[in-house]
Amino acid sequence: MPLDDQTPGQKPGEARQFKVVGTRPLRPDGIDKVTGRARFGADMSAPGMLIGRVLRSPHAHARIRSIDASKAEALEGVKAVVTRADFGAGDDDVADILDNCMAGEKALYDGHAVAAVAATSAAIARKALKLIDVDYETLPHVVDVDAAMKPDAPVLHEGLSDETVPDGVSQNVVHRVEFGHGDVEAGFAKADKVLERSFKTAATHQGYIEPHACLATMGTDGIADLWVCTQGHYMVRNTCAAILGIDQGKLRVTASEIGGGFGGKTTVFLEPVALALSRKANRPVKMTMTREEVLRATGPTSSTSIDVKIGMNKDGKITAASADLRYQGGAYQGSPADMGSMTAFAPYDLENVKTVGWDVVTNRPKAAAYRAPGAPMAAFAVESVVDELAKGFGLDPLDVRLKNAAREGTKSSYGPTFPAIGLEATLQAAKDHPHWKAPLGPNQGRGVACGFWFNFGGDTCVSLNITPDGTVTLSEGNPDIGGSRASMSMMAAEELGIPYDQVRTVIADTGALGQNEVTDGSRVTFAVGLATIKAARNAKKVLCERAAMVWGIDPEAVEWADGCARPAGDNAGKFPPMSLKEIAAIASNTGGPVAGHFEVNAEGAGVSFATHMVDTEVDPETGAVKVVRYTVFQDAGKAVHPAYVEGQFQGGAVQGIGWALNEEYIYGEDGRLQNPGFLDYRIPVASDLPMIDTVILEIPNPGHPYGVRGVGETSIVPPLAAIANSVSEAAGVRMTDLPMSPPKVLAAIQNG
Amino acid sequence: MIYEVPETVDSAVALLSGATGSARILAGGTDLLVQMKSGVVEPDLVVDIKRIDGMKSIAQEDGGWRIGAAVSGAEMGEHQALCAAWPGVVEAMELIGSTQVQGRATLAGNLCNASPAADSVPAMVAAGAVVRVAGPDGVRDIPVEEIPVKPGKTSLGKGEFVTSVFLPARPVNSGDAYLRFIPRTEMDIAVVGCGVSLTLDEAGTCTAARVGLGAVAATVLVVEDAAAALIGSKADDTALDKMAAAVSAACKPIDDKRGTVAFRTHVAGVLAKRAAKIALARAQG
Ligand SMILES: Cc1cc2nc3c(=O)[nH]c(=O)nc-3n(C[C@H](O)[C@H](O)[C@H](O)COP(=O)(O)OP(=O)(O)OC[C@H]3O[C@@H](n4cnc5c(N)ncnc54)[C@H](O)[C@@H]3O)c2cc1C
Repeated sequence: MPLDDQTPGQKPGEARQFKVVGTRPLRPDGIDKVTGRARFGADMSAPGMLIGRVLRSPHAHARIRSIDASKAEALEGVKAVVTRADFGAGDDDVADILDNCMAGEKALYDGHAVAAVAATSAAIARKALKLIDVDYETLPHVVDVDAAMKPDAPVLHEGLSDETVPDGVSQNVVHRVEFGHGDVEAGFAKADKVLERSFKTAATHQGYIEPHACLATMGTDGIADLWVCTQGHYMVRNTCAAILGIDQGKLRVTASEIGGGFGGKTTVFLEPVALALSRKANRPVKMTMTREEVLRATGPTSSTSIDVKIGMNKDGKITAASADLRYQGGAYQGSPADMGSMTAFAPYDLENVKTVGWDVVTNRPKAAAYRAPGAPMAAFAVESVVDELAKGFGLDPLDVRLKNAAREGTKSSYGPTFPAIGLEATLQAAKDHPHWKAPLGPNQGRGVACGFWFNFGGDTCVSLNITPDGTVTLSEGNPDIGGSRASMSMMAAEELGIPYDQVRTVIADTGALGQNEVTDGSRVTFAVGLATIKAARNAKKVLCERAAMVWGIDPEAVEWADGCARPAGDNAGKFPPMSLKEIAAIASNTGGPVAGHFEVNAEGAGVSFATHMVDTEVDPETGAVKVVRYTVFQDAGKAVHPAYVEGQFQGGAVQGIGWALNEEYIYGEDGRLQNPGFLDYRIPVASDLPMIDTVILEIPNPGHPYGVRGVGETSIVPPLAAIANSVSEAAGVRMTDLPMSPPKVLAAIQNG
Repeated sequence: MIYEVPETVDSAVALLSGATGSARILAGGTDLLVQMKSGVVEPDLVVDIKRIDGMKSIAQEDGGWRIGAAVSGAEMGEHQALCAAWPGVVEAMELIGSTQVQGRATLAGNLCNASPAADSVPAMVAAGAVVRVAGPDGVRDIPVEEIPVKPGKTSLGKGEFVTSVFLPARPVNSGDAYLRFIPRTEMDIAVVGCGVSLTLDEAGTCTAARVGLGAVAATVLVVEDAAAALIGSKADDTALDKMAAAVSAACKPIDDKRGTVAFRTHVAGVLAKRAAKIALARAQG
């Protein structure tokens, strides 16, 4: 068969030899980005455009008694004011999203949108906001997860708890989940040592550089267009259509170039508001958030409080493990407590394991996805306890992890049995790496930790078209956050046997393709890549048919190799190969344009594991922590563009460093966010970081034609733990509370 | 808002004195423009002083250095003689912001923004800097520590502005240094800042010292007790411990998002000691 997963000449079982995949071509968006030609969310304008601004609650929790916008509406230049009253009831599915975009009966957090204005200039819009009178009745608030669970805590939503929630906790607890197998109590009884520790992590923001921005146009005819910075314009279309009560097909959404998302742009904030303003004003409306708005009112991740208990024998074997994981997800249900509970012990092959997760609401902005949502905090807690037990027994922490590592055939802590996975390979690579043996200086410590992420597939459409001159255009529906345009072009080029620069990949608008899942779940190189390969194969089938037609032979007797159609064997007849360009040139006369497309709900994403190793140095007099060396070992299945894969590894590690050391949402007594800016919300700057070294392992994913696994998220799972283990060693005291900011580290050292 | 670019000190003073609404000086703009953009301040009049004669010069005077009010951090860092004379002041100024900010930010702007965390100010205090102020009543020279009166507020009267900062002549065997504590390595705001300047005699005994502390009180602090702990000593460990204790005792910080009282108080002593050691090494040559 010419079109199966093997290259011609490749023997079964032999690794495929790639020509394009695995090389490092220049990124197609590079010049646009360095010259400023790339168009981001705020770079689009339209004739007659208005500027939209949002009025936000200054209270953490307040009933909205009334809103009087008459003075704002009377201001010259103001063309529309919207409040919740301008939105219909909307579908149940999007009720929380709507309420988050525009508060209904209550403002549920500091920064919650309560009204919006569209005016002829930003200055007028800002002035108009000051003219809107909102009558608030302030209510008691709660921002801490443990406090919110207490029976007497202020309640955000009455009657939200579902049947999984036991009596005796606050109604702020929405949902409880449980995973595991075996008998943990029996397992603990068998252990030489049982260690129980409690951990806390602060809420952190994805910290993408580009604030949310969009340009909405909605006419009286009900036809609407939206230009937006998002991780998923199909999601934006469907969500906005549901909120505004219009047909999905009437709203065309185009994704701008995107300056980072990391999960934070997988929902909507401004978009339905901009459309509603545009509908009311009958003019295009542009909205952009300030950094302050981004931090106060978009989705950070959960803060957590986690208890972990692990029993271990002297030889390092874990006999049982359990965890209780409490995640606050802001003002609405849906914190990633479930993901945390599923991933917590995923790296280990355990006889007895149990995790319980609690989804809790508080007076904070609704948590959005952040790179492997829920997993880094759980890994921090679990990997800290594994480390402490290993070191307590005088064992090598990598050996202990190898001894307990999940492998092919392991029944995972969250249920499924693992196929071929790469955890042991990452641990072995870590053990063999010079970093593991390098000497440490004074006040330095070394930490390691493992991490796991599921990865995802989902709905995907790709359309590959061959132009008359034989170049290839590929349309996909996933905003390119991590270099996917390059990877798609590479996979198409590989499959078609043509050079990389003969393929241009574009992100099509929602009118051009069927439904596409958001760019999330580390899914794009896997799922869109799979669809690209299949679309290319479909195109090749047509190309072979056209050659067969010219040669007058059976299409089955034609194969595709090295960019040309060729007779499949001597019996097929003797014809010189026909290149893609040659077939493209005669396409019109042989049946019309040549294309291949593929639509799928992709399965078989293939889980991914990583091991991180980090050296830190602690200043014992100030508690300052410096990261001095960092190495990431991660399974990529197959690295399509290794430079991008390394970038994902490094990016995850760097975001983890920020989360571990300095990033945190700080709330005052009044429940207001104290640090809504990049001065006091401290993401790492370049000079804070060493080179992040990377080791790519390739344990092929059987679910992808080339073996690709998603790599984007796993890389943020181990760093919190690896850094905590390293700092704990350097400081001589176990750190259990993130971030490990200098005042906390110094206090821990001083208190022993 | 009206934007003016006067070319003489007198016309600047006239503009400022005659302003009916709120007026602001614009030097580098690295504080002012950020504040205007975020809506913290909305001045009616902005007076840019960068075109005024002398504002951009670094000149020797009576053995010391007069630094014009529009001289940027980068210009100070490239002035070798100034760096040799007052390395602590220059390093404090150069810590501010990034390369981009350095091309604009000024000593006088850092001072007149009146942030308790301003980096160059404790170093100027330690150096005994004197500020020249022009105003409707003419020119006056005042010690640097008398400019800030509380966060965001200076002692300058209506129509007044700083035209230059004077760093006095430097006795032989002297050295100064500035250190700050920030959670990151740059682009951050001092949680504690400490400037130390000292002079030794031939025998290596400290004959004069000044210690300035930032970010641990509402305004910069001049810590006399810390200086006293050094004067008369060889700046050995005992003296340095005494000085560090005096520094910690002088702290009147608050608990806030940037650090706790306990942390700031402790780290102020640690930094003072480290800065004193650097100043000492510089004084010893
Ligand atoms: C990214 C960034 C990083 C920063 N990092 C630091 C840092 O690390 N440490 C630090 O201390 N600061 C920092 N700053 C703040 C700022 O850069 C400094 O305070 C700088 O020295 C201000 O100088 P300027 O000339 O830009 O002042 P401007 O913004 O021009 O003025 C500041 C204030 O002083 C007034 N003023 C200016 N000159 C005079 C004068 N001659 N007479 C009277 N009033 C005057 C102005 O009206 C204004 O109110 C940072 C700022 C930015 C944007």
